[in-house]
Amino acid sequence: MSEHTIDTPADTRSTGTRALLQEFWHYFSENRGAVIGMWFFFGVCLIALLADVIAPHGATTQYRDALLTPPVWQDGGDWRFLLGTDAVGRDMLSRLIYGSRYSLFVGCIVVVGAMVVGVTVGLIAGFVGGTVDTLIMRLMDIILSFPSLLLALVLVAILGPSLTNAMVAIAIVQQPHYVRLTRAAVLGERNKDYVTAAKVAGVRPLRLMFYTILPNCMAPLIVQAALSFSTAILDAAALGFLGMGAQPPTPEWGTMLAEAREFILRAWWVVTLPGLAILLTVLAINLMGDGLRDALDPKLKRS
Amino acid sequence: MLAFLIRRIGLIIPTFIGVTIAAFAFIRVLPGDPVLLMAGERGVSPERHAALMQQFGFDRPIYEQYLDYFFSALQGDLGNSLVTKRPVWDEFFTLFPATLELSVCAIVFAVAIGVPAGIYAATRRGSWPDQTIMGTALIGYSMPIFWWGLLLIILFSGILGWTPVSGRISLLYFFKPVTGFMLIDSLLSGQKGAFSSALSHLILPTIVLGTIPLAVVARQTRSAMLEVLSEDYVRTARAKGLSPLRVVGIHALRNAMIPVITTIGLQVGVLLAGAILTETIFSWPGIGKWMVDSIFRRDYPSVQGGLLMIAVIVMTVNLIVDLLYGLVNPRIRHVR
Repeated sequence: MSEHTIDTPADTRSTGTRALLQEFWHYFSENRGAVIGMWFFFGVCLIALLADVIAPHGATTQYRDALLTPPVWQDGGDWRFLLGTDAVGRDMLSRLIYGSRYSLFVGCIVVVGAMVVGVTVGLIAGFVGGTVDTLIMRLMDIILSFPSLLLALVLVAILGPSLTNAMVAIAIVQQPHYVRLTRAAVLGERNKDYVTAAKVAGVRPLRLMFYTILPNCMAPLIVQAALSFSTAILDAAALGFLGMGAQPPTPEWGTMLAEAREFILRAWWVVTLPGLAILLTVLAINLMGDGLRDALDPKLKRS
Repeated sequence: MLAFLIRRIGLIIPTFIGVTIAAFAFIRVLPGDPVLLMAGERGVSPERHAALMQQFGFDRPIYEQYLDYFFSALQGDLGNSLVTKRPVWDEFFTLFPATLELSVCAIVFAVAIGVPAGIYAATRRGSWPDQTIMGTALIGYSMPIFWWGLLLIILFSGILGWTPVSGRISLLYFFKPVTGFMLIDSLLSGQKGAFSSALSHLILPTIVLGTIPLAVVARQTRSAMLEVLSEDYVRTARAKGLSPLRVVGIHALRNAMIPVITTIGLQVGVLLAGAILTETIFSWPGIGKWMVDSIFRRDYPSVQGGLLMIAVIVMTVNLIVDLLYGLVNPRIRHVR
């Protein structure tokens, strides 16, 4: 009898996952923008992975004979440098290609860091309740009282300007959103019958939190992950732009923009291209995020 | 409503205390001795060091220092700037009108375009205008605004030469600030061309700062409108034969505006964060630029004071938004 009750849910679970994925893809692929965003994002990932192979030059190699060379299609362009060179003769295209690594890396680390901490804290708040919950939520309110970029800026000022510290600061600033979402989802799920059933069956609190409840709270968290991935890229670039993120000569897109500021009226390409790279990457992720939200949010589903 | 008010204010007090602790802790968690930090590269003699430690009260127990800080902050004493030696409170309120003026213009810009665009997109759901508006909104939402500012400078100041690159008003004009708002002051001064100079300085920063709120407002208006348009009472209004303009503009809009108002309120944090970048790009003498400069000059009392003041502003606005929300939406008041 007891064996039987354990077996059956395990079976439906595996087919359930596949069916869920199929259903998800069905709704996701209806959104053309989301699919385009996804492919673009995969493309950027591929570029980042293969940067060493596809970049025509090194990211910090300087060509003293070719300072501020315009892109090939303009007068004075040089076929060696497809998108031109910057003020110290570094190839723009190669720097942009290597730059994709930093942005994606920042996005991944920040999302994983903020999510792991935020979800755990949120589960504890929602699950334990009482004083612990109040304390945690007030702490999150305090963090959220500061504009995120300002708080990140001050944290980096304390920790010292570097890309690593920028990532830590951005993760700290973003994690309250995960806490709030997880807590709200847990509060919604906590009193449902299946949780009570699991409790009665003697499931331990940890397993109950992470294995029974958490999977049912995933939808808003996945959407938030996409959102905070793009915010992380923007914030890291903004910190780099303000001189508080990655330090030169790192080819981080925001840092490249900061270096290019003085050439703004003389060499449009050193200013325009890194920003365009940021915009397109963030746009692709946001398109994907919109698609995820539509596909995962049952309220909006038109069955 | 009173119970709701008391509950909301009760929630904000611990947050406020927490924010003061965070701002207080800011100088303490910096690695190194606070006096040496303030002295910077000059350094201080051991005697002077001890005297300064006593003067600033760093030799006392930490909780005493905190209580001291807390009660001075309540009275508006945030210490003195290390660079200008003026009280941080005065510095903040000298610069704040510039940021406020810019933020108000940005939010007006965002609402004036975002709300109609969102309504229009919702009423034409799925059509190409809807897709264009929403596509543009998503681009705006994804925009790195520091780059957007540079692009606008290249185009409007560099190539077209229409707008100035930085500052609040041309150096040709000088008048004593009355309200601190350049648009009003320039009118009050009565000098010819002062107002248009102030306005032309304001346009690009307004667009840059307003871009993300505009995108958010447009998206939020559209989705709120879509939700409301599918409600029964809207169908009833249509069935009664009311004109589409009346159905959308009056019946639907009223309810759709509730979440939009909240969204607009929540943009204040976004605006203040955006002000940091926008003011840096356009050399706009407001608190955003002041915060960045203070961080770079290691003017810690200013950073600390600014951090506290900005958090208090965000908290206050959020409280007002919450109360407004309770006022326009009775359902919220009675929950919990």
